[in-house]
Amino acid sequence: MVTFEMISPADFFYRNRDIAGFTNPARAIFSSVRELVENSLDASDQSRVPSEIYIRLSNDGEESSEEADVYKLRVEDNGSGIPPRHIPSAFGQVLFGSKYKLKQARGTFGLGGTMAILYGQITTHKPVDVASSTGTTRIHRYKLMIDIQKNRPVILDSKIQVNKNRWRGTMVEFCLEGDYPRAMAKIVEYLKQTAVVTPYANITFVDPKGRLYKFNRVTSKMPRPPKETLPHPHGVDVETVRRLIQITKCRNMIDFMKTHFHRIGEKISHNFLKFAGIDEKKDPRKLEPDEIVKLVRMMKKFEGFRSPDASCLSPLGEDLLKAGILKELEPEFIAVCQRRPSTYSGHPFILETAIAYGGNVPRKDDIVLYRFANRIPLLYDEASGVSWRIIKSINWRKYKVKPDMPVAIMVHLCSTKVPYKTVGKEFIADRPEVKAEILNGIREVARQLQRFLSKREYREKERRRLAAFSKYLPKIAKFSTELSGKEKEPDIRKLLWSVRKFEEETE
Amino acid sequence: MKKKQSKSSAAERKTEVLTSLRNFGASLYSQMEKGNFPWIKMPSRSIDNIFYSPEFRQYVLGEKTVRRSARNIRHIRPFSQLVWAAYFAQELVRHRKTSTLRDVYYSAQAYDVPFKDQPESNSIITDLETVAGFSREECNVFPEERSAIFGDLTIEYTVPGYEGKQYNLMSHPDGVMIGPALTSAEFVKTTADKLIAIEKGGLFTRFIEEQVHKKFNSLLVLTAGQAPRATRHFIRRLNKELNLPVYIFTDGDPWGMHIAMVIISGSANAAHLRDLTTPDAKWSGVWATDIVDYKLPSVALTDVDIKRLNELQKDPRYEGELWQREVKKFLKIKRKAEQEAFSRYGLTYIVDKYLPAKLEEAA
Repeated sequence: MVTFEMISPADFFYRNRDIAGFTNPARAIFSSVRELVENSLDASDQSRVPSEIYIRLSNDGEESSEEADVYKLRVEDNGSGIPPRHIPSAFGQVLFGSKYKLKQARGTFGLGGTMAILYGQITTHKPVDVASSTGTTRIHRYKLMIDIQKNRPVILDSKIQVNKNRWRGTMVEFCLEGDYPRAMAKIVEYLKQTAVVTPYANITFVDPKGRLYKFNRVTSKMPRPPKETLPHPHGVDVETVRRLIQITKCRNMIDFMKTHFHRIGEKISHNFLKFAGIDEKKDPRKLEPDEIVKLVRMMKKFEGFRSPDASCLSPLGEDLLKAGILKELEPEFIAVCQRRPSTYSGHPFILETAIAYGGNVPRKDDIVLYRFANRIPLLYDEASGVSWRIIKSINWRKYKVKPDMPVAIMVHLCSTKVPYKTVGKEFIADRPEVKAEILNGIREVARQLQRFLSKREYREKERRRLAAFSKYLPKIAKFSTELSGKEKEPDIRKLLWSVRKFEEETE
Repeated sequence: MKKKQSKSSAAERKTEVLTSLRNFGASLYSQMEKGNFPWIKMPSRSIDNIFYSPEFRQYVLGEKTVRRSARNIRHIRPFSQLVWAAYFAQELVRHRKTSTLRDVYYSAQAYDVPFKDQPESNSIITDLETVAGFSREECNVFPEERSAIFGDLTIEYTVPGYEGKQYNLMSHPDGVMIGPALTSAEFVKTTADKLIAIEKGGLFTRFIEEQVHKKFNSLLVLTAGQAPRATRHFIRRLNKELNLPVYIFTDGDPWGMHIAMVIISGSANAAHLRDLTTPDAKWSGVWATDIVDYKLPSVALTDVDIKRLNELQKDPRYEGELWQREVKKFLKIKRKAEQEAFSRYGLTYIVDKYLPAKLEEAA
């Protein structure tokens, strides 16, 4: 007999935790750290205060299974804090969040942090400890568990403490099963790369062996915050329009288009409705289902919309990107480039690239690639990402880059909707518009590297040339003098001078 | 008894070498004194500039020249090495010291003009030969010696410690090594009226034992395979200064043939040099014809032998009737024979029967 049942979102993710990056104990501990750190960074971006993030991972001791130990993970930030009434849901309910708006944020699903807690709960059956304050006189503490079947927080305990120092921020602590030894390299690499794209953050990490990793800020400047934006008509679907119709206060289509969509004025609204064959005076609330479908189709077809502006995006900016790379890699040479805003399917995006040479850039047999999306590092599945394939398609000899050179490339994609290929947020899919920007961005910085390398090669060649002349000309003079039986060597200072002068001319 | 021909050809040569080296240095010196980068011009030794000269009966360099300038960053190092090599040669000749190509390679390091490897060093020495117009042996740079001479020839040494000392080359029954001391010696007197050059050591010893030098009134020279340049020059001197006709005996194969040819007409590698050839020398055997006529025990030619014969057939030095005939004969019979093959008829057969016949034929 076939039985049907409904499961809650929490239950769904409990059953399908693989797709959210909790495949195995090593990956789970990495994902937990990552999700909480990203929430913390988003929170401090919101409060416009340079981030202070403290991460502690400690052995919980007592129980441990064959392939995994139990760890206690604590992440503390100085971010905006969570309004007290939202705290239980923010940590005890899957798909509850503040990030469903149309602006750039690290997280997008409101899933990651809770997913980590959920994972901790199902592996250790222990509650999560949360403390948060929005900078008021109070700190709110909760002990929570998730009712997985109902997707509801279960409050085990709650306290209000006096906030003497007016602390603002959030602290989360919970236990989970994991495999730190195997995840260690990835976690440290993740934090290091995070430090590169977050040069205004102080990140402190204490690992289970008591080792301290500190990534210090080099600037207190933070990138311009993103503005919330209206959806671009090229990027909306039928469901979005249907919801808009339900809430709209507009009474005709001209106003409806102008009010709810991105960068549409009187004239464009008029042109579009004419193009779509929709009556300007029609009451949007009275659109029939097939008219909504038609409207969406026409919106995708119409080419007269202005492209989305990038105010909803928050790229790092060339200066900050440079500062981050300089601090973590101390390269001999660096070039950064921010591309002009562009769009794919109605989603605005900005691409930032950088290239670093020498210093602490790892010397592999190939170029080192650092991928970032909305200021988070992407560490897994590098070879599947579009950036790697683009790098492989470039003829690097043209840029004087040899395989054994210490060269690192950073690709940072900012968008309201990063085209991830999977839920795991690990690599970026092949969108022609994005691909073209990545290629151009890499070329731009590669050209600058080429100029640097050529100049250096030239100087080195010149140095060797001069060294050869000053070594050998005196010898020719000496041996010629001996051969000819003369007593005094000829004066070759002028000759040596002339090679130098030649060098100045050509420079 | 013959009187020596030129009073002091070895000493004269030495003076010429020294003059040439001094002039070379002086020209560079004056270029620099005038505030110019020193440069030299010399004949190009590339393949397309090597021609066979029927007049000289050897390979010579053509009109093409190369210019080496200290102004050029690619030339400055080899240029310095060349000037150093000239200086080194001058020191050797002046102080009557000899050295080897290997010595040159190492000596350069003492003067901080090091060579990358032995071939680079050798090539600079060849440059020096080209510029100075003398072989490296005349600049007292010798390869490893292995050839020898035996016979009634009295020489007078010019090397330090032996100046004026005379020595008869019949004094030692193994023969005397043709080394720097001998090639720089003056010829005093000889009773010989011919010179027989032999490719292999075994036969050279047999000839001495069988008194060939007496029976045929001859000097015997062991080339020990391809004759070294010093030996070729020495044979030439014996031929020119003492008017001794030269007969060459080699194995009956393309390689033996060519040993004779290099003594007679020189090699392409030495196209920049003169006085290494003996154009009137004769190859007396073993011919392909001899293999047939004397019914010598023989072995089949290998593919490499045949390839070599085809090359030789087109070689301008092989234009002569004898050479063409023998090359064709080899190709026809497809057999080769060593000098020792005559032992089939007894150890002395080659001296008693073959040698007189061949010498008569040549004369």
